[in-house]
This record gives sequence, structure tokens and C-alpha cells, in this order.
Amino acid sequence: MSTGEPRAELRVFIADDEAPARARLKQLLADVHAELATTVVGESANGLDVLEHLPASGAQVLLLDIQMPGLGGIELARHLGGLERAPAIIFVTAHDRHALEAFELNALDYLMKPVRAERLAAALKKAQAAGPPSREQLERAGAGAREFFSVAERNRVMLVPVAEVLYLKAELKYVTLRTLMGEHLIEEPLISIEREFGERFVRVHRNCLVARAAIRGFERTTGGSEEEPYWNVVLAGLEERLPVSRRQWPTVKGVLPEAKE
Amino acid sequence: MVSIRQNLATAALPDFRNLGVMARALVFVNLLALAVAFVSEPVGARMLDVFVRGTVLLEPLLLVSLALLYAAAPLLRRLTFAPACAMIAVLVLALAAGTHAALGEYTEVTLARTLFYAAACVTLVLAYLTLHLRAYSPALAEARLQALQARIRPHFLFNSLNAVLALIRRDAPRAERALEDLAELFRALMSDGRSLVRLADEIALLERYAAIEQLRLGERLRMSWDLDHAPVDALLPPLVLQPLLENAIYHGVEPGTGIGDVLVRIERRGERVHTRIENPLPNEGRSARAGNHMALDNIRERLMLFFDAEARLETQVENGRYRVEIDIPYRTGAA
Repeated sequence: MSTGEPRAELRVFIADDEAPARARLKQLLADVHAELATTVVGESANGLDVLEHLPASGAQVLLLDIQMPGLGGIELARHLGGLERAPAIIFVTAHDRHALEAFELNALDYLMKPVRAERLAAALKKAQAAGPPSREQLERAGAGAREFFSVAERNRVMLVPVAEVLYLKAELKYVTLRTLMGEHLIEEPLISIEREFGERFVRVHRNCLVARAAIRGFERTTGGSEEEPYWNVVLAGLEERLPVSRRQWPTVKGVLPEAKE
Repeated sequence: MVSIRQNLATAALPDFRNLGVMARALVFVNLLALAVAFVSEPVGARMLDVFVRGTVLLEPLLLVSLALLYAAAPLLRRLTFAPACAMIAVLVLALAAGTHAALGEYTEVTLARTLFYAAACVTLVLAYLTLHLRAYSPALAEARLQALQARIRPHFLFNSLNAVLALIRRDAPRAERALEDLAELFRALMSDGRSLVRLADEIALLERYAAIEQLRLGERLRMSWDLDHAPVDALLPPLVLQPLLENAIYHGVEPGTGIGDVLVRIERRGERVHTRIENPLPNEGRSARAGNHMALDNIRERLMLFFDAEARLETQVENGRYRVEIDIPYRTGAA
């Protein structure tokens, strides 16, 4: 990198699981340096590693290979969106027809490997101006359901595996996400979670989704004299009981075959 | 180079050394005998009676004929279609006369009838086997095409080219070697899929392919080769093993974050060639990469077209590892 330049260098983070591919991107960034000054502030070989190291690096742009082990490129981009200073993202792929179609449709920028220097410079300039992709763009481009929910805390992203979630309960603006370990607050509408994960969760109440696999049975409240008795769902490993609304009961009782009366 | 083309294009004579052909002939002739018994005595018990009395002549004749055809297979292969058929007919009729002379006293079937049935059987079996073979020759050309299309995984090509580009400035000689490997791999991919190749060539191809993957994946790919007992002169259809290694790396090493151990073992066991390719399963419980079955189905189909019932391809998951095993007859150019 040349020194003593007055203009600020664009801070770039490179994520690719293949070392030669990372090396190639660095060569190209050096090649276009006269046109666009950049500095590489970090490199990662897998998605989880990016989440861990990118926030502290102060990266402005992330060059992100979409076929990485650990965590897929598009899902990673969605989690990074929760950061206070989320980076702009340029996806890089050798060949993934379905992903490319999704990128085109949702106006996400991407580069094809092998990458050309002039295309890289153009994409970096565009990304610098456009900023991070919107949540809606990424949601629509993502193929299938995520593997993690993410909880953003200032400049850090924490992941909660979807498989560990026992229930999700909507309260005012937030959704409480309950696992065996504890609770987390996420800012996503319950309805879009229900749509994304389909069969995994079942709605037991207007404000509550429960993991099908965690349901162990149902209990009927004896109820006070004024209250009508109602059903509660019993979850694996939890003392807490969640009420089933009368409207949802016909659907919910079918989850356990032996619960049918 | 040994080719199976002469079997396909013109003289479609069945291979009498193939287990599948033998099995088909056995079943087909017995079904014919049952049909004849049914026509003469449609009632269950009496039909069986006729059939059993017929088999006194039929089974010895059938078994001896097939044994002789097995022995005469190399001789028959040198003849064109019509003379070969005539020779088979003469052979079987002579055997039929001989069998009747030896065993005629145990049955009421006359010599004339025996000869008539034998002639009918030879004609029908040859017609059936020839038709069966012909039905599969377009499929073979088709399978070859499919093999080509299935083999060039664009993901591999573009990532490899990208890796070579990264090397050119840093390590030019290594970049050159990588391009040579890539060229040789693609030459094999684009060659005529109908010629049998020597196992030694297929192993060389595996090694070139692994060298390119090693360049891309570095220490994440750890290859172990167990080839000391590989019969390098064995013949096999081309590109049967390389796709399996490609699958092993694509599904077993690339999606993982750690080191992936891939094993290739090829050995001769008696008259069989046994291959095993093993890879780890990095994403247990997670959605696997798609497209595995297309390659496996394609290989299974080609093995069947080349070896009929004598080839075996099995997959197995054990202790977190995925294993593909192929078992084919040991054949060399001399046979």
C-alpha cells in the first residue's frame, strides 16, 4: 500500500474458504490501488469467523464468497445487518446459478470468479456509495430458512441456533426467544418467522410459536370459578406452561398423536 | 486399445461370459418350457408333470450348452454375426441329439421333438438376447453424454482457474503444473467414453485431479492412497472413479471447516477389482449439498452397461464417514 495519501483508504474485509482465492483478491486490490485506494483489514475462511472478527475490524466493505463452510454467505449477510456499522457487501461466487438469479432479482451486487480487476473496482465504488444491503433484499434472496437467529448487541452479533429454540413469544415491539439456556430479545415480526420456518414451529396462541419437536404434552387448567378451563402446552425441559388459545387448539392437539381425544 | 464398440455397432452377439447373459438365458429357456407344458396340458398338476418330465432332457442340455458357449466365447467373438449364430445352432443341436441318445429312455419325448424344441430355443434365446443388447446401445451413447455433462462441475472449473490465477505471479512453475493437470483432466473428460481404459490411467487421472483440489483447499484436504495392491492392468470404463473422488471432496471436505481425510483404496481380490473411497460427513443433521445422486446413478448405469449383473456399487454411512465401494470383474486386454 502506498503511504502519505491524503484520501482515506476503503477498509475491505475478505471472506473466502480457499486461500488462493483470498490471495487473488488481494492481488487485484493492489492492482486497482491507483484508481481506488483500499486496505485489507481482515480475512476469514469461514462464516462464523467473519462474524467474530469483522465488527472490530471497522470494515466498510465485505467481499463475501457465498459457498463457505459453517455459515452460508447470504445468511451471514443477514446477521451482519444487525451491526451498528454494518459493512456494504459484495458477494463473490464461482458458479451458483440459483444464487445469481436471486441476486439479480434483488439488486444485490456480486462478482464472478475469476474476478476481473476493473469489475472489482467498479463494484467497490458502487458498494461504497450504496452502503449495506437492506434486510428485505437479503430475506428475499435467501434460499430456505436460516440456521441461526441473531441477537445484535451494539457492535457484536450473537447467534442462537434455530434448533435450540423452544418457543418464541411476541411482546410489544420485541419477540422473546426462549432456549434451555435463557432468553433473548429479537426484533422480528412473529408472522415472518412463522412463514420462514414453516413446519418447525406451531402457533399455539396469537402471540406465541412453539417448536413442534419440544412439545411433550398438554395439561388442562382446573381454572378459577370464573375462568373457563383451557389447555396448556408442556415443553421439554421447561417448568413454564404456555396457554393454547381456543382458536389454535384444534391444530395444536394434532401435534402429538396420543393427544387426540 | 480394447473397445466394446464391435459388440455394439454391427455384430450384436451376446457375451456368453457375462453372468447377466447366462442368467437371462437360463430363466428364458425355462419359461419357454413352462409355456410349452401349459399349452399341452393346461391343468395345474398335469402341466407340472409334463414340465418335470421335459426337464430330464432340458436341464442337462441347457447347462452343458451354456458351459460350452462360455468356453467357446473367444472363438465366437472372432466370427461375424450370422456364422456365429449358425455355429451356436449346430453346437446346440448336436448336443441335443447326444443328450437324447444318453437320456432318451427316461422320457417319452421323441428325438425329432427334442431337436425341434432345441432349434426353437436357440432361435428365440438368440433373438431375445440380441434385442436386449440392441435396446441398450443407444442408452450407452446417451449415458456417455450424460457422463460428460455431469462431470464438468462448473464450480470446480472456475475455482481451479481462480486458484491458478492467484499462483501465476507468486509461483509460476506451480501454476504451469496446475494448468497441465487441468488440461489432462479435461482431455479425459472429453474423450470417447466408450473405450475401456487401464486402471493405471484412471489412477493417474485421480492423482492429477487430487493435485488440483489440493492447490485450492490446501491443508483442509488430506488424501490417503492405498494402491499397493491395485491391478494396474485391469480394464474399466473411463471416468468411473474420478467422479467419486470429486463427490468425496465436494461433499466431504469443502463444506467442513476442519481437516477432511479422504481415502482411496484399490485392490485385487481374486478375480474382482475392489475400490473404496471414503470421506467424512462434515454436516451431520444439516442440509447436505445436492446433486450427489446424479453422479452415483450415472456411474451405476454405466457399470451395468459394461458389466451387466457382474458389477456392484454400494454406499454406506458408518462412524460419521461416507463410503462408496465398487466391485467389478478383473479383466485385462488379453481376454
